[in-house]
Amino acid sequence: MNNELFKYTLRLGDTNLILGQRLSEWTGHGPFLEEDLALTNITLDIMGAAKAFLEYAAKIEGKGRTEDDLAFFRNDREFYNALIVELPNGDYAKTIMRQALVDTFDLYFYQELVKSKDETLAGIAQKSIKEVTYHLRHSSSWVERFGDGTEDSHEKIQSALNELWRYTNDMFEMTEVDEVLIKAGIAVDLNLIKTKWEKHIDELLAKSTLKKPENAFMQSGSRKAIHTEHLAYILSEMQTLPRMLPDAKW
Amino acid sequence: MILTKENILQLLNKIPDPEIPVISIVELGVIREVKIDNEKVELTITPTYSGCPAMKQMEDDIRKTLKENKINDFKITMTYSPAWSTDWMSAETKEKLRKYGIAPPEQNTQDKSFITGKIKTVSCPRCRSTNTKLISQFGSTACKALYQCQDCMEPFDYFKCI
Repeated sequence: MNNELFKYTLRLGDTNLILGQRLSEWTGHGPFLEEDLALTNITLDIMGAAKAFLEYAAKIEGKGRTEDDLAFFRNDREFYNALIVELPNGDYAKTIMRQALVDTFDLYFYQELVKSKDETLAGIAQKSIKEVTYHLRHSSSWVERFGDGTEDSHEKIQSALNELWRYTNDMFEMTEVDEVLIKAGIAVDLNLIKTKWEKHIDELLAKSTLKKPENAFMQSGSRKAIHTEHLAYILSEMQTLPRMLPDAKW
Repeated sequence: MILTKENILQLLNKIPDPEIPVISIVELGVIREVKIDNEKVELTITPTYSGCPAMKQMEDDIRKTLKENKINDFKITMTYSPAWSTDWMSAETKEKLRKYGIAPPEQNTQDKSFITGKIKTVSCPRCRSTNTKLISQFGSTACKALYQCQDCMEPFDYFKCI
């Protein structure tokens, strides 16, 4: 079961790490000062969660690797992050829409993970619930403002939603790793949170006068470490320095 | 120095928060447990926010302070549970924040208005007016939000209630 727990924890760490890396691209480039601060603060929380999960994954693996080794010395086909987080940021509407979709997932996910029999995972979840509640309040208030705002902002957030929608189902896919760990009372049954996620998103979209894309093709692959072309680029940027100078110290 | 929990806490209480030097890391609630086992000091600490960049600084400061006091046999463990809460701050600590110009957390997290986002009135740390406005949910550090007083017009930090 150690192997399953390692893979599961790695998945959680990778999703946070890649999302954090993506969001950090906005630092210093936010549309205005307060939003720049907001996204940078959110990025810090997400990076904190990434560190906690990867640290734990390294410990479970027990081969002497650290969280930094896991982050900087694996290739794209060894990353298990959800596809949606590796997509380019696009404009601010797209970044915000992705945040709302992922924040909603995270909130319901952590609310279940907090009951996990694995104390470390439950502890990280307990910490993250408080932070994600705050993130979700931020992202959904912007989705509402954009959706119910001007014609231009409405169009931008609607097309962001249309582009992102096909990547949402990938977040809920489960494998034998999930099966084994759900039986052991460790992992979260993603089918359970999918219903809650859909209901919450439906309500948010209705409030924001947005239309949910229908009968869309759903992209899949992250559970098998099959990614979009964007992941390799983000990894090469993130990993260049430690790979060139593996002994460099902060 | 005799190794007791009280003595260790007293030492740690002299370590200021790296971002808010008027309160100590003990007052902030970061120190969760002090155990003395056979002359060995075991500390458990918890982060305020998971990504708080000041955590590493606090850990380094703890190491430095203990070593300066000739305590070399110690272990620092990080825990995430129970998650850090502003409820752990005493009224005295909150008053120190206010005097420093940071509005302290207004309510208890047991109060569910925290979840719904209906934040109660935050009063200005300078003129105490309750006629204040939220400027940004996120401030200069992860633990703060930015407000402005509508009477004295001063912008100020609010220590978020979590």
